[in-house]
Amino acid sequence: MTTKANVLEKATAFYDHFERKGGQDQTTHYCPGCGHGNVHKLIAEALDDLGLAERTVFVSPVGCSVFAYYYFDTGNIQAAHGRAPAVGTGVKRTRPHSIVISYQGDGDLASIGGLEIIHAANRGENMTVFFINNAIYGMTGGQMAPTSLIGQKTSTSPYGRTVENEGYPIRMCELISTLESPVYVERCQLADVKGIMAARKAVRKALQNQADGKGFSFVELLSPCPTGWKMTTHDSLQWIKDFMIPYFPVKVFKDESATRNGRIREPKEYTDEELFKALNLGLLGESQPRDAEFLKNFKTVEMKIAGFGGQGVLTAGAILAAAAMQENLEVSWIPSYGPEKRGGTANCSVILSKDSIGSPMVVSPNVLVVMNDPSLDTFEDAVVSGGLVIVNSSIITRKLKRTDVDVLYIPLSDIAADLGLNAAANMVLLGAYLEYTKLFPLDHLKKIIPYTLKRKTLAEANVKAAEAGAQWMRDNNKR
Amino acid sequence: MTSDNNKLASVEVTPNLCKACQRCVEVCAPGVLMTNPEKAFNELGYQWIVYTGEGCTGCGVCFYVCPEPGGIKVQKRERTKATS
Repeated sequence: MTTKANVLEKATAFYDHFERKGGQDQTTHYCPGCGHGNVHKLIAEALDDLGLAERTVFVSPVGCSVFAYYYFDTGNIQAAHGRAPAVGTGVKRTRPHSIVISYQGDGDLASIGGLEIIHAANRGENMTVFFINNAIYGMTGGQMAPTSLIGQKTSTSPYGRTVENEGYPIRMCELISTLESPVYVERCQLADVKGIMAARKAVRKALQNQADGKGFSFVELLSPCPTGWKMTTHDSLQWIKDFMIPYFPVKVFKDESATRNGRIREPKEYTDEELFKALNLGLLGESQPRDAEFLKNFKTVEMKIAGFGGQGVLTAGAILAAAAMQENLEVSWIPSYGPEKRGGTANCSVILSKDSIGSPMVVSPNVLVVMNDPSLDTFEDAVVSGGLVIVNSSIITRKLKRTDVDVLYIPLSDIAADLGLNAAANMVLLGAYLEYTKLFPLDHLKKIIPYTLKRKTLAEANVKAAEAGAQWMRDNNKR
Repeated sequence: MTSDNNKLASVEVTPNLCKACQRCVEVCAPGVLMTNPEKAFNELGYQWIVYTGEGCTGCGVCFYVCPEPGGIKVQKRERTKATS
């Protein structure tokens, strides 16, 4: 144990200089008498004393405390309005040994981020939330917040908040303490020394809980906003006592700190094997080793497959991507479709590359597959010069206007129908495409088909359709 | 406690970090913090708070009510029983 310090001074968890203000780099931007400074000091002191500053990530909200990152010498992230708990969740999940502080005001937490905080609390995220409640939107000029009191005059409730119009002020501690997951929920006040010293304890406990892996701790602090309330500091402190505390009782709502077992949840690392198993792509270990020559000569395929919903255009792309993955290529697949389950139009973008893929969007395809007329009309002009266009000539009767691209007119739907497999034109396409491009052997595709279909009983029929497509290409496209 | 011990406790307000919110003045039990009697303004334009120079007990409450991280520094009374 360290001996009790005999000097109370600026905590080392604060920066020596606050960069924001040019000449005045030692003061915060907070108004005289503001409660934010009190809480900042309590947090900084606790981080010092508990030795947590080095691994703390402080998530600043939107609101007056948006600039907390200028003050705390910790990791800092500034989150979108109300989203601090979500950002904090991300930090905590990926870095479970970090100390995540979500510091939010009442507009940010109770209104705009209402659901973020509820769900972070309900998941029991192992983080610490400091909720600064001053019954107002302070930074934007004193607008009514969900926590504004009945009768409270704000810039957006100039006649006073009414129950009829705005309902009752929301009590976040009460709400959050009804959830099972949170370990510690307390409301404190900053109106007097007693309250601040109680808040000091609460801040430390909430941080210690996190360090011990005990889960979600929530500390609400009733905080003065003399400027927003248009009061002197003295009156603002009195207002907390006279009006806020009666409605927002100051007490511990829940504290299971002593009985909970601490647990730091390590992020789960998945091996390729586990991922392939989870994704039902059970072909790992059978992927094709590719020599340098193949990869050197491999030209990136940027494919767009478009047609009616129900023609299997999305499935065709997904199967091609899955099969190419087995060839040790980088792949991406992204669908685009309307709300209809059948009918409507659909298309997917598929990229096959030997290098990492940036955006999965294909804007200018070098391979375009069109299964119906509207798709040809839509995408014909987008194809790069020298690209390949595969036209489902069973349905599309017109020829291409473009003359600077290669075209294959294949009666995909007819070939499928001849096999009695009306819905398998997409597989016919894949068979024909592989036969034409020799991208990889058809056998490899046939192996992956059973893994990519939801209805396994259809695997055999789909393999047959792919073979028929390849056969058609051999018969009709003698190069 | 003897008066000798009390002399060891002291409080210091950094003039340029004070926003004159008066919170420290309000809570100071011995009443040894006051607005600077000289008519002077700091860099922020406030008439800052000063220590009268004696009577501080080192209780530290002014430190905790002061919203500015570096606004107030309190030297507590040295414990008579020194730690090794």
